[in-house]
Parts: sequence; C-alpha cells; structure tokens
Amino acid sequence: MTAVTSPPRTAPPAPAARRRRWADRRHVPVLVTLALLVGMYGTGVANYENFSDTQVLLNVFVDNAFLLVVAAGMTFVILTGGIDLSVGAVVALTTVVAATLLHAGWPAAVVLPLVLLMGTVLGLGMGAVIHYFKVEPFIATLAGMFLARGLSLLINRNSIPITDPFWTAMAQKRIRFAPGIFISTSVVIALVVVLVAAYVLAYTRFGRTVYAIGGNADSALLMGLPVGRTRIAVYTVSGFCSSLGGVLLSFYMLSGYSLHAQGMELDAIAAVVIGGVLLTGGSGYLFGTVLGVLLLGLIQTIITFQGTLSSWWTKIVIGILLFGFIVLQRLVTRRAR
Amino acid sequence: MTALTRHRLFWPAAVLVVLLVSNVFFAPRFFSITVHDGHLYGSLIDVLRSSTPLVLVALGMTVVIATGGIDLSVGSVMAIAGAVACLMIGDLPNQDSIGGVLLAVAAAIGLAVVLGLWNGVLVSVIGIQPIIATLILMVAGRGIAQLLTSGQIINVSSPPFRVIGAGYFLALPVSVLIVAAVVAIAVMLTRRSALGVLVEAVGASPTASRLAGIRARGLTIMAYVFAAVCAAVAGLIFSSNVASADSNAAGNLIELDAILAVVIGGTALTGGRFSLAGSVLGAVLISALDITTYTIGIPAETTLLFKAVVVVVLCLSQSAAFRAVVLRRRRTAGAPA
Repeated sequence: MTAVTSPPRTAPPAPAARRRRWADRRHVPVLVTLALLVGMYGTGVANYENFSDTQVLLNVFVDNAFLLVVAAGMTFVILTGGIDLSVGAVVALTTVVAATLLHAGWPAAVVLPLVLLMGTVLGLGMGAVIHYFKVEPFIATLAGMFLARGLSLLINRNSIPITDPFWTAMAQKRIRFAPGIFISTSVVIALVVVLVAAYVLAYTRFGRTVYAIGGNADSALLMGLPVGRTRIAVYTVSGFCSSLGGVLLSFYMLSGYSLHAQGMELDAIAAVVIGGVLLTGGSGYLFGTVLGVLLLGLIQTIITFQGTLSSWWTKIVIGILLFGFIVLQRLVTRRAR
Repeated sequence: MTALTRHRLFWPAAVLVVLLVSNVFFAPRFFSITVHDGHLYGSLIDVLRSSTPLVLVALGMTVVIATGGIDLSVGSVMAIAGAVACLMIGDLPNQDSIGGVLLAVAAAIGLAVVLGLWNGVLVSVIGIQPIIATLILMVAGRGIAQLLTSGQIINVSSPPFRVIGAGYFLALPVSVLIVAAVVAIAVMLTRRSALGVLVEAVGASPTASRLAGIRARGLTIMAYVFAAVCAAVAGLIFSSNVASADSNAAGNLIELDAILAVVIGGTALTGGRFSLAGSVLGAVLISALDITTYTIGIPAETTLLFKAVVVVVLCLSQSAAFRAVVLRRRRTAGAPA
C-alpha cells in the first residue's frame, strides 16, 4: 500500500487544488454509497405507498442498531488490515449469558457490566494471540468464533426468554418526536457509539495509529508507533462492540439464544466494505460504515414492502452490491497507485 | 523415533488414533466391521462415509490455499449443486432413468465450473483479495440456491441418484470410492507432474513465478475451478445421502471446517506449500471428532468447543513465536524466579 491513504489530519500541507483531488478520490466510495442510498430510498418512495413515512426510515435504525454497533467495531479491525470473524458468535454468547444470569435472578446492574466485560476480554485475548504469537487474524478469530458459539451452546441450547424489568423497560421504551414517530433507546446507544468511534478514528492519536497500521504496518513500526498495543486494542474494541451489540440484540429480541446472529460477521464485513473501507486497511471512514448498515437495512425494507420478493433476494442483492463496491474500490486504489 | 514424531502428519494422525481408541470405552463394538448383504458395516465405515463431503471440500481448499488464496464460497457451491441436481431429477418423467441422473450430475458440475471461473477471474484477473472475492459468492450463492428451490426442501426418490451418497460397490460405500478417486487424481496431478510445484510457486510469490515464466493467472483460476468442482461433488453426495436438496443446511459453515482441516494437515495459510494427505487426514479427524462426541453422549453442538480448542492448540504449536516463549520458559524453569 502507498502512503496516499493516510488520514486527512496527517496529510502534509499541499496546494489546494491537489489536496482537493486527493480528498475527492478518498471520498468516492462513500459518495457512491450515499448516492445509492438516496437512489434506493427514492425508488422506494416512488414505488410503494407509505414508504415516505418518517417512521419507515427510523425503523431501519431501530431494526439495525445492534448491527451498527458491531460494524463500528469491525471498522476499526478492518482499518488495520485485519478481520474479526468472531463477532456474530460473541453477540450470541452475550445474549445467552445475559439471559441465563437474569433468569438465575442476578440484578441487571451486575449482569450488564459483566457481559460487556466478557466480550471485551475475549477480544483482548484474540488480539493478544494475534500479536504475540503471530497467528493470522482470520484463524485466531475463527477459533474465537468456535469458542464463543460452542460456549453458548454448552450453556443452553434453547431460547431463553428475558423477563427482567430493566431489560423489558429498555425494550419497550420509545423516544417519541411526534405521534407515531419514535426511536428505541438502542438507537440512541448505537448513535453514541458511532459518534465516539468516529471521533476516536478522526481526532485521536490512537485513530491515527490505526490508519497507519493499515497503510503499512512496517512503516508504522519504524515510525515508532505502538503497533502491537494498537493492534490488540483494535480487537478489544471489536470484542466490546460485539458484546454491546449482543446486549442491544437482547433488548430487541428479549431472549438469549445460541443461534442468534448467525452470519452476522458477514453482514458486518459487507456493511464495512459497502461503506467504502478498504479491506487491505488504511483507508475509509466510519461514516461509510453507517451508510453501509443503512443500505443493508433499506434493502430489507424494500423487500418487505415489495411483498412478492422472498427474503433470499436480500442475499443476492447484497452479493451484487458487494461485487460492485469491491470492483469500484479496486479501480479507485489502482488509480491512486 | 524422533524422525517419526517430527513428521508433520504425526501429531494429527496420533490425535486421530487417540480419538478412535477412546470411542471403544463408550461403544465397545466401535472397531468391529461386519459384512451384511455383501456390504461392509461398522462405526469406522461410518466415520469414513460421513467425512466424505468434508474431505472433498478440504481437498479443493488445499489447492486454493496453496496458491495463497482462500475460498469461502464452497458451502454455497455445495448448496447450489445439490439444488440444481435435485431440481432436474425432480423434473424427470422417470426418476429411475440413469441417463437423466447423469445429465443432472453433469449440469451441477458444469455450473460449478462456471462458479469456480467466476471466483478465479475475480481473484486473478481483477485482483480482488481472495477472502472478499469469494465472500460475494458465499453471500449471494446461498440466495441463489434458495431461489432455485424456492426456499423449499426438494425431495427426490431416484434410486440411481441415491447410489452416489448411500450406495455400495464391491462392498464399499460409493461415496468413499468417489472421494478416493478424486484424491488419487489430485495427488497424481500435483505430485507426479510439475503442476504441484507450479502451484506452490504461485502461492510463494505470484510476481516471481510470473517472471519465471509460469502462467500464474491460469493456475490460480484452475485452483478455484477445482475447489468449486470438489464442492459440487460434495454437495451431490450430501443431497444424495439425504435424498433431498436443503439450501440452508447443505454446506452450512463447511468452509470453516475445511480451512480447519487444511490447517490441521500442516498447510500454511500463507500459501506456497501444501499437503493433500494432511488435509484428508485433517478432514477425517474433524469427522471423527464429531462422531466421538456423539458416541460419548456430549450434545453434538458442543463439538464446536472442541474444535476451538483444537484450532488454538494447533495454531499455537505452529507459531514460532509461541514455541520460542514456551521453550524459554522450560529452560529457565529450574532457575529461581
């Protein structure tokens, strides 16, 4: 990878025209996603009655708040050039552990931090294995996936309902803007996570190191950046986001089930890629990931509105979009080189 | 003796033997093989039979990994192959017709060649990272399989088709014979000709091999086509065995098991060196693990936990950094802390 893909804050001062050209190129994938999102929304409004209701758009957030959080964590990992296959399994494990402990009568105030800590520690462990033992991220997180999914199956193979008052309150609480227009608390939590993550990536030393590692890990090391610490931290962040996503999913479903969130790692990766983050790392924005999640959610909504289309069209459309965006990325990076 | 323990297949083979022997404690008749109606019956035969799809998929995966790639789409290709074959057989006026079944099998394999070409072209011509290029078909492929079968499980009652997965020939299961033939052909092609060396050269360094006059592009495409064909045959065996096409269950998560088998077999994920025998052994080991947990009476799903432990142990033992840490510990163990 060339150094062209460094984040905006570290770019040396350049003539205005030149800087604008670089900036444009980096923004192309995000802008394409945005255009696609707007176009798709427009198609929906034009074709289906009631599609223009504000609540339809808000429901995309409500139904995908957990994916938004998970994808935010995944963005950090992919920006360093890594990958985290364990997220879906960690989400499932979180819901199972939370439901089991709540069922056993533990107070929510204890369960909540405990499950968040569990995901974070799992992420920390995977990061440590990847860094210290030079195990490939793909394999280390694959092991994490087997481990988390296996653990949740071991704890309980059946779906466990959650009846805890705090959980049901969180599930039912609606923040209303106008009659019939509302969001859930999960959306608020997800948006806070996204804002914090975007700030960290754009304005902190940690964020810059993440981009630098993805650009070229060897150069980053030679520059004296804390590559090892950052790499471990990135998987820790992803682990935390996965368990938080699990908590949000358990708010949404009000149950813990070992088969929850199957294949979610691929949804998260797809969202990040469609959002324009380079899979080789080093380039992309969290805002793109948010757009990617919204695009996936909007496809689902349109398919629901269409009624005659089956849900498996979602997968085919996501596949086609992935293909389009990856080829686009390829063209953009090739020109940058 | 040390030469034996140093052989890279020693540890996987030892684990396999331990696993099989441990079964005797729970099922005393585990090693007995009986002849019934001129067919061989017994738990060992069952282990072999149930491992056939995984062995095939792992075989194709090995060649792809040898070129420095990875193929996540094998499970979806399995589902598509089974769906196509069952769909065509279901449309036959007479399901006993051998010609019709052969045509269906040929169509499934022909489609797999096309899918393999798609993967190969994305990777080697367009230059997309293998994990992402095949992610597209993994996501969209299962959608396509569901589209073909309209989301239903398609049952067929065709005796000639049933032979592929459940039939016997010369007292041996046909599926085992098919796999043995494919393994033999693959070993002949890669070890008795220069093909294997060329594939390893491409995996070790695509640029250097191209400069040396190797047609890296064609070899890479060939590897993906081989993997897809192997997956298609595995899909045919799977759907023949259950006499139906189930687009959700066929090949679900098999890509991860296959990668695991390849890693157990001693093939490095970085490419450039591969062991077909190792992958076959790895695949049989994973199937034996599934059967062992079943005979011991542990719920089948918890095999995931065992797999996680196996992956972790294997990866750590293959990691030079980990060995260095452990060996240093052992050397200084006697010294005061």
